[in-house]
Amino acid sequence: MKIKIKKFYYGDIPGDEAGESIASPTITNDKAWPLWEIFIRSKQGLDHKHAGSLHAADAAMAIENARDVYTRRQEGISIWAVESKNIHASNPDDAESFYEPASDKIYRHPGFYQLPDEIKHM
Amino acid sequence: MNPLIQFTLFLADSNLILSQKNAEWCGHGPILEQDIAITNITLDLLGQARYFYQYAAELMNQAGHTHITEDSLAYLRTEREFKNLLLCEQPNGDWAQTVLRQFFYSVYQQSLYQQILQQSNSQLSAIAEKSLKEITYHIKWSSEWVVRLGDGTPLSHHKMLQAIKALWPYTGEFFTPTDFEKEIIPIDYEKLKMQWIDSVQNVLEEAGLPMPQNIFMHTGGKLGSHTEHLGYILAEMQYLQRTYPNAQW
Repeated sequence: MKIKIKKFYYGDIPGDEAGESIASPTITNDKAWPLWEIFIRSKQGLDHKHAGSLHAADAAMAIENARDVYTRRQEGISIWAVESKNIHASNPDDAESFYEPASDKIYRHPGFYQLPDEIKHM
Repeated sequence: MNPLIQFTLFLADSNLILSQKNAEWCGHGPILEQDIAITNITLDLLGQARYFYQYAAELMNQAGHTHITEDSLAYLRTEREFKNLLLCEQPNGDWAQTVLRQFFYSVYQQSLYQQILQQSNSQLSAIAEKSLKEITYHIKWSSEWVVRLGDGTPLSHHKMLQAIKALWPYTGEFFTPTDFEKEIIPIDYEKLKMQWIDSVQNVLEEAGLPMPQNIFMHTGGKLGSHTEHLGYILAEMQYLQRTYPNAQW
């Protein structure tokens, strides 16, 4: 078996052209179903939260699989499924330029205003 | 035996045996997610069976039997005492045969339980009402698989054809009432058959699969005359309670 090794970052899901993931070489079977990311809303009014991922042949099956895998203990009332290859993730190597510049800009926090007493719940 | 007890046992046994067969897939499903799906359905069927057994046990104890429980009904009756449909004891075969068996049974269950819902027996109709929500999902899941495989590759289509050939002869029993069925509650078997044929035909058509015509139908399961498969199922299911009576864990 020919093994191509490629480094993956968290959230960077192998597409068709990508090499094999080191951690899970079995995924590379070309008959394997695509991977889907599942988001579950636990209650009316709350956000959908990422619950995990699973394999399914199409979107309808992804939602049914999610129903069977992630809501069997009444965890949710609504399901979103997104094919994992459609998710783009930031690169951890960019962390320095992406996130560190914000660390000394505390004026971006709205902590420098005098709030009138009448305003509650801020 | 009181026809109501027999009818309740028939409902319970059919569910229990199909549940036991489906459970054989646990850990062997074609893919993890579908392994969980079939196991969920298995547990739904088992849960429904338990309600029916509990009700049957209650009726039997009232009728003078002693110490009948849901467990003794499941674990300590013999092959001839089981009243399950022949369809439910048929081998799993491949995935095609398993999903088709589930589809045939769930569609039948839906029509039958809708009629039970209208009956005056409050226990049975309460169980039917609770079960119908689960059955609706079982039909959705299994019919999608029938279409997916029937309308899939030449190989999957061929497997569905084989599955239809293997299972169709056991569907006639659905609509052949026995004496105990005729005696208890007025079920409209013509309507049951029409609804079943209609639903099955729609799905098979969408799947590009032919509807078999005029095939010999086996009957007898409801009266305890089973195919050779049931003995093996019971041997595996019951051996622990029979070897170590009242064992608990």
